[in-house]
Amino acid sequence: MEILVCARRVPDTSENEIALNSAGNDIERDELVYSINEPDNYAVEEALQIAARAGGNVTVVTVGGEDDEEILRREMAMGANHGVLITDGAFAGSDGRGIATILKAFVQKGNYDLILTGVQAEDGAAQVGGMLAAMLDYPFASLVNAIEVLDGKKLKISREIEGGNKEMNEIDLPCVLSIQTGINEPRYVGMRGIRAVASVPIPTYGAVELGVAAGTVGEAAAKVKRVDYFVPTLGRGAEMLEGDREENIEKLLQLVAAKGGLK
Amino acid sequence: MMARIFAYIVHRAGVAEDTAAELAAAAIKVDAAAPATAIVCGWGAELDAVCESLRASYAEVWKIANEALAYPNAELIRKALVKVLPPGCIVLVPHEHFGIDLAPGLSIKTNAAFVSDVLAIEGIEGADLKVVRQEFGGQANAHVRCDISSGAVITVRPGACKPLEGASLGGAVVDKSADVGTVNAGRRYLQTLVAEAGDVDITKHAVLVSVGRGIQEKENIAIAQDLADALGAAVSCSRPVVDAKWLEKSRQVGSSGKTVKPKVYLACGISGAFQHLAGIKGNPFIIAINKNPKAPIFQVADVGIVDDILEFLPELTNKVREMRGVSAK
Repeated sequence: MEILVCARRVPDTSENEIALNSAGNDIERDELVYSINEPDNYAVEEALQIAARAGGNVTVVTVGGEDDEEILRREMAMGANHGVLITDGAFAGSDGRGIATILKAFVQKGNYDLILTGVQAEDGAAQVGGMLAAMLDYPFASLVNAIEVLDGKKLKISREIEGGNKEMNEIDLPCVLSIQTGINEPRYVGMRGIRAVASVPIPTYGAVELGVAAGTVGEAAAKVKRVDYFVPTLGRGAEMLEGDREENIEKLLQLVAAKGGLK
Repeated sequence: MMARIFAYIVHRAGVAEDTAAELAAAAIKVDAAAPATAIVCGWGAELDAVCESLRASYAEVWKIANEALAYPNAELIRKALVKVLPPGCIVLVPHEHFGIDLAPGLSIKTNAAFVSDVLAIEGIEGADLKVVRQEFGGQANAHVRCDISSGAVITVRPGACKPLEGASLGGAVVDKSADVGTVNAGRRYLQTLVAEAGDVDITKHAVLVSVGRGIQEKENIAIAQDLADALGAAVSCSRPVVDAKWLEKSRQVGSSGKTVKPKVYLACGISGAFQHLAGIKGNPFIIAINKNPKAPIFQVADVGIVDDILEFLPELTNKVREMRGVSAK
């Protein structure tokens, strides 16, 4: 089974306090810790486990820039056979549809049975996998949290639905699946593993190699554009306790008692 | 002329989900002058009941009856919708597991723009619809412009739009089933496996000590359990804790976990993703403890403390034990 995983390098929201820049048009990126998008890492682990059971190869592809090579090497250190960087100035500012258009062109250069993406990235859009599938006319399933290879032509999959229930489906290959976190336990990657793949060449593809027409991708083709960022104000905001720890604990317990939580 | 607006209705056992009324309100935010049409796919008496229930809140209800759609397989429903939707229309879909399955591909097949997980719709400016989205796990909001000149598919976050009171549009039910005909897809629904009950029923507890990624490792769950024991509470958690296999799925609060209605909810090291907040009902008193002052949980909590839970919780537990010791005398 030839498996392609589409991955992305993102600011790690669990490691960062996100602040807006002074212009409000972007977040402050200087001090950010970047890592592979967490669901994408689960997708790579799942691909590796499927390849180990059913045979085949795992390729990890990302659309981005030079800095994004680090996640390809990280996933190759996990065991992915190939990493591919798709990069071109013409791709900058692409919306979800633009990214899916670029990936479609890459998919059509290969011969993949199974294409995995993470369920969503840091923008929470959860869009590229479903778009890519529709462009390729492949079946699609989102929020996948278990995969069983039935034979060379189909899979049995579980989707995460409401209340922790699982929706079981059969899906024909080739297909596109978006992978939910928790589907497996991604293996640890040590510095030694990353060093071992440090000099493996990573092929790059641009618009010309992929045969992507300039007008179909990039900022000019994007129908969806971010205007600015602003600080969210979802609720009324918490009353912040700003005493020392002992004072905060006192106050917290008074409040819990007042709300009937200390009986 | 303004594009026609449709709302995709998610329903179960003959009853429309709350998102049906929310999308009716969202459609008015897009264009108050263009009455929205509900689209309902399904089969049998349940479908008819859902269609009937929507007549008050929608100007028209399109019914697509098809035995193959008795279970909402998004792959089949996408094919059905492509056959009936007029070009250039705007389709609103709830951003939950079904909408996530359906909407991105639908936008490709209808050649429409796609914006997902919209929190607020600010209205139309020229050829663009202006909306609000959230990024970075809720740590930043963004204004987004979407060119709707060739139509749009928009997924709307459940709970984000307040349903309208007392609508009585009296929309007619229009049967579009014949336009769909037979549909088939490379993905077939088999069955639904209901979640296992688990050792502790977190839905029955008045006080929950809920832990998130901030608990950092499995061994630290004991810190939360100690506090829960002292308080007579149960330990619940957010998704990353289950993903890491530190607690069972039955302990997870959220849209893909349990819906809880405690009196007091102690959110410890939980960032506050909307999927997690969706599982907290009944307006409990929420106390959030998180070392990241920007954590979205502080926007919805009643009381917030910026501190490291690994240090804070043991001290809190000691204090509770001390109090209990005193009050027992």
